[in-house]
Amino acid sequence: MGPFLISSSFAGLHMIVLDQHPPKPLRPMAAPGAVARLVAHRDWLGFWFMLPAGLILVALLVYPLGLGVWLSFTNATIGNAGRFIGLGNYTWIFGDETFLHSIVFTLAYTLIASSIKFAVGLYLALLLNKRLPFKALIRSIILIPFVVPTVLSAIAFWWIFDAQFSIISWSLTRLGLIHHNIDFLGNPLLARACVIFANIWRGVPFVAITLLAGLQTVSPSLYEAATIDGATSWQNFRFITYPLLTPIIAVVMTFSVLFTFTDFQLIWVMTRGGPVNATHLMATLSFQRAIVGGSLGEGAAISSSMIPFLLAAILISWFGLQRRKWQQGSGA
Amino acid sequence: MNQPIQTADASEGMSYLDTLPRRVVTVFLPLALIMIVLLFPFYWMVLTAIKPDNQLLDMNHYNPFFVVGPTLSHIDQLLFQSHYPRWMWNTFFVAFSATGLSMFASVLAAYAIVRLRFRGADWVGGAIFLAYLVPPSILFIPLASVVVRFGLFNSPLALILTYPTFLIPFSTWLLMGYFKTIPFELEECALMDGASRWQILTGVILPLAVPGLISAGIFSLTLCWNEFIYALTFISSDDNKTAPVALVNAFVDGDVYHWGTLMAGALCGSLPLVILYSFFVEYYVSAMTGAVKE
Repeated sequence: MGPFLISSSFAGLHMIVLDQHPPKPLRPMAAPGAVARLVAHRDWLGFWFMLPAGLILVALLVYPLGLGVWLSFTNATIGNAGRFIGLGNYTWIFGDETFLHSIVFTLAYTLIASSIKFAVGLYLALLLNKRLPFKALIRSIILIPFVVPTVLSAIAFWWIFDAQFSIISWSLTRLGLIHHNIDFLGNPLLARACVIFANIWRGVPFVAITLLAGLQTVSPSLYEAATIDGATSWQNFRFITYPLLTPIIAVVMTFSVLFTFTDFQLIWVMTRGGPVNATHLMATLSFQRAIVGGSLGEGAAISSSMIPFLLAAILISWFGLQRRKWQQGSGA
Repeated sequence: MNQPIQTADASEGMSYLDTLPRRVVTVFLPLALIMIVLLFPFYWMVLTAIKPDNQLLDMNHYNPFFVVGPTLSHIDQLLFQSHYPRWMWNTFFVAFSATGLSMFASVLAAYAIVRLRFRGADWVGGAIFLAYLVPPSILFIPLASVVVRFGLFNSPLALILTYPTFLIPFSTWLLMGYFKTIPFELEECALMDGASRWQILTGVILPLAVPGLISAGIFSLTLCWNEFIYALTFISSDDNKTAPVALVNAFVDGDVYHWGTLMAGALCGSLPLVILYSFFVEYYVSAMTGAVKE
């Protein structure tokens, strides 16, 4: 964060405005002293104001980000700084089936959960945008899954998907559909489906409420005009709602994809990556290897492998947003 | 955020053209279905928390969807026979300290970026946004070694210092949006009257940005409360754990899960946030959507 360190030499003009003692207009203007410049020049002032945030972010975000990449090239373990071993960790993890499976599952988890969250969220937003009694109340209630800490709702899902006392098994048995309790979190395929469901459950309110905020800025007169011209409700959606909503959809989905891809809590609470590593995401696997197993270097290599995916997601949405700016004519 | 928002029910549009049965099928029914799915886990949480153990485990004689003779024994065990109050206090303490710290830093940073317009301000603003996109799950390993090196391992201070790494970018971004909506003529007047930048910030900008401050504060508290991976990694002793982390391993004796107490714990851990949220819904929603829209 360097540029605002540069002090400028034509400080005089700002000083007239910024100096704290106004009623001395008749004096010839002296060049401000070094101290005054440190206190009042806007570049320096900016520096002082940025200092607390800058310090925290550089020391605990930028530096660890670099340190993480460095650790991934070492054989560090807990309590041992380790030494540089080049690509050793990477050649090891890319030969490790558990890791390769975790990449595939992370991608599937992100793709499936995000697209369903988007579809259901958009649908819910459209429903909430209609004329409804108790609209404000309904909207507040729908947000509750988003407010309650993920871990705590994950514990509730853990109980709902319990092997012995699952309420879902009980209901299906009573309906005569199954004869044995379903071992939801014990079967690899079912466990994957369950954690994806829990993720969707948790994410839908966020998508819906944000899209609803976007929908509310669309003027109803557009729909009226289109309807008079004979547009069907699908055409109303396709040619009015969707184009006007595109920018906010892009931002919401970027956030949703990023947070789904790096998810940790839900999986860790519900399955710890099991059964037989079937539900390991890259994040949970890196925790498993680095903190539980103690090999920091290997864990760092796994978590650093997420960076290219994240960068790709950010770049895609960045260029999407650039295009949108250009379309709206708000300059470069 | 400063886009004109349509007045109360303008979005009704042409819905008066729909007949009631049609609205029931296309609107009310799907909405009710979604709401049942969204709320069922909470119903289940509450029900389990007050259900006596024999009913929890005997699903043949009692219908599990209801409770006969609710009990407070799970909640009693939670509050008086476990470390739960201590965990809640830790969570409170860490959440409020981290939020206070990051609000202080974010207010200064957001004001500098939006209003001081120092050189590279746009650049710094962009960097702050990117910082928000760096997920904790790629930072926790190197942060753990930083925390150990500073001798902060197993100390609440480790959490208070690391939580701002995701709170500051978020709050700064949100507050930048709010500060932009405050007319700068007000600031010019104050400057003409001889106010210093600090006086302007505390006397003019902050009072006008109270809604923004509340939004950022509430949302930061929620994020702290919700944080899991740092608390799981940096805290080892039972006494210093935050409620979400402690709860995951508590009330499990070997193979026996004390589901009633667990659910009571999950319920009590959610209540403070839900109460806070219900008082400030509008601020909460504006924080959530504001951070996305800007």
